[in-house]
Amino acid sequence: MIPAAFDYVRPQTLEEAAMALAEAGEDAKVLAGGQSLLPLLRLRLSYPSSLVDVGRLSELHGVRDEGDHVFIGAATTHYDVVHSPVVQAECPLVAMATATVADPQVRHRGTFGGSLAHADPAGDLPAVAVALDCAFVARSASGGEREIPASEFFVDYLEPALRADEILVGVKVPKLGPGWGYHYEKFHRTAQSWAIVGVAAAVRRSNGSIEEARIGLTNMGPTPVRASAVEEALRGTPITVPVPGGGNGGPDPIRDACGEAAAGTSPPADLHAQPDYRRHLARVLTHRAVLSAARA
Amino acid sequence: MPRITVTVDGIQYEEEVEPRLLLVHFLRDRLGKTGTPIGCDTTNCGACTVMLDGKSVKSCSVLAVQADGCDVLTIEGLAGADGQWHPMQTAFHEEHALQCGFCTPGMIMSAIDLLAENPDPSEEAIREGLEGNLCRCTGYCNIVRAVRRGAQAMSGQSAAANQEVPAS
Repeated sequence: MIPAAFDYVRPQTLEEAAMALAEAGEDAKVLAGGQSLLPLLRLRLSYPSSLVDVGRLSELHGVRDEGDHVFIGAATTHYDVVHSPVVQAECPLVAMATATVADPQVRHRGTFGGSLAHADPAGDLPAVAVALDCAFVARSASGGEREIPASEFFVDYLEPALRADEILVGVKVPKLGPGWGYHYEKFHRTAQSWAIVGVAAAVRRSNGSIEEARIGLTNMGPTPVRASAVEEALRGTPITVPVPGGGNGGPDPIRDACGEAAAGTSPPADLHAQPDYRRHLARVLTHRAVLSAARA
Repeated sequence: MPRITVTVDGIQYEEEVEPRLLLVHFLRDRLGKTGTPIGCDTTNCGACTVMLDGKSVKSCSVLAVQADGCDVLTIEGLAGADGQWHPMQTAFHEEHALQCGFCTPGMIMSAIDLLAENPDPSEEAIREGLEGNLCRCTGYCNIVRAVRRGAQAMSGQSAAANQEVPAS
C-alpha cells in the first residue's frame, strides 16, 4: 500500500533535527533507515504527521572506542556494526545478534539505534542491550542530553522511554573485560523472520565454572527481559562436557539452572507460538546459549 | 514538494516527488523502469531489490526522497551498452534459475551484491546471502548453481562451473 501523506524534513545537524522534531509536535516520527517504520507506514498501521530524517547526520554515525565502553551512533547501519573491528573485538555479542537481524538488504539500510528505539520485543538487539546494561543517549531541543539505562529504556511494546521531542543519539555498550564468552541463540521458522524466542547470553568463566552470567530474552513479553533467576542459579555452576549421545538423562547442572528461564515472563500468543511453547523454548534456548557462551 | 536528484542506471534525473513516494514506485511509475517488480510490499520477498550507492536494498522500503543524491542501479542497468548481458544474467539463463521469473531481478541484484563481498562463496554462503529473496517456484537449487556459475564467470573462470553444487 501507499503510505498516508506526511511532511518530510531532512535537517543538516543534530541541533536542527532536535528543533525540527520539537516543532513538528507529538505526531512526528524520526526516520533513519526506515526498515521498521516504512513497513508500518505502508501497512497504514502508523500515521505520522511528519518525518524528521536523521539518517544522514554525521553525529549519529560510527562506532567509537571510549575506554570502558563502546559508543555506537544511533544511525550506524547494522551492516556497519557487524563489520566494525571495534564491535567485533569489544562487544562480540552485539556483532553476533546484529548479524542475525533480518536479511542483507535490511541490514544495509536499517540502523542500530532505530531498531532499539522501535522497541519491538521480537527484535534481536533489545535483549542484548538489557543483558549488557547498555546506556541510551538521548537529545532534545529543550532538555539537552540525558542517559537512559537499558533497564528503563523499554517501557512497553513498541514504546521506548524517549519523549516525543527526543532523538536517540547513540548507545554506550559497556566492555565486560576478559574471561567472558558470548552467544546469541535465535529460533525462527524461516531465514529472515522474527525470533519466536531469542536468547542473548554472556558468561564469565573461571576455573571451569560459571562465575557470572547475563541473559536477555527476546520476545518473551512486551519488553525484553533479563532471566535473573537463571543468572543467579548459574553462579558457581561447573561447566561440564556432556557425554556424546548421552541424551538428556545425565546430570547437567547448567541445564538445571536454565530451568527457570521463563520465570516472571509473559510471552505473547501469535501465529507462531502459544505462551507455553515460548516458555519451553526459553528454557531450551537459554541452555543452548549458555553452553555455547561458556565454551566460546 | 521536495526536489530530488537521483542517478539511475547511469542517467541523472531531477524530479519533484511527494515525500511518501516509495523508491520502487519512482523507478517504475516515473521512470518506466518496470524491470524492478513489486512482489510483497512488506519488505519480505526482495523482488524489488536494487543497488543504492552500491549496496543492495529493497526499493519498496526506501522513500524516493531518501535516495536524493544517490546512485541507483536496477536490473535494467546491468547489461553493457552493446546489450551484452551481465555474467550473472547469463548464468541465471544457462542454469535455468527461474521459472515464473518474478523474483529474478531481485535475485540477480542480491547475487551481485553478495559477490562484491565474497567473490567465491560456498553454497552455504550463497544461501545466506540470498536470505532476503524469496522464490516460490524453483526450490533455489538452480539459483544457487547459477550464482556459483556467475561467480566463476565474473572471476574470469568461464569454464563449466556447475560441478560445485551437485544436481539434485
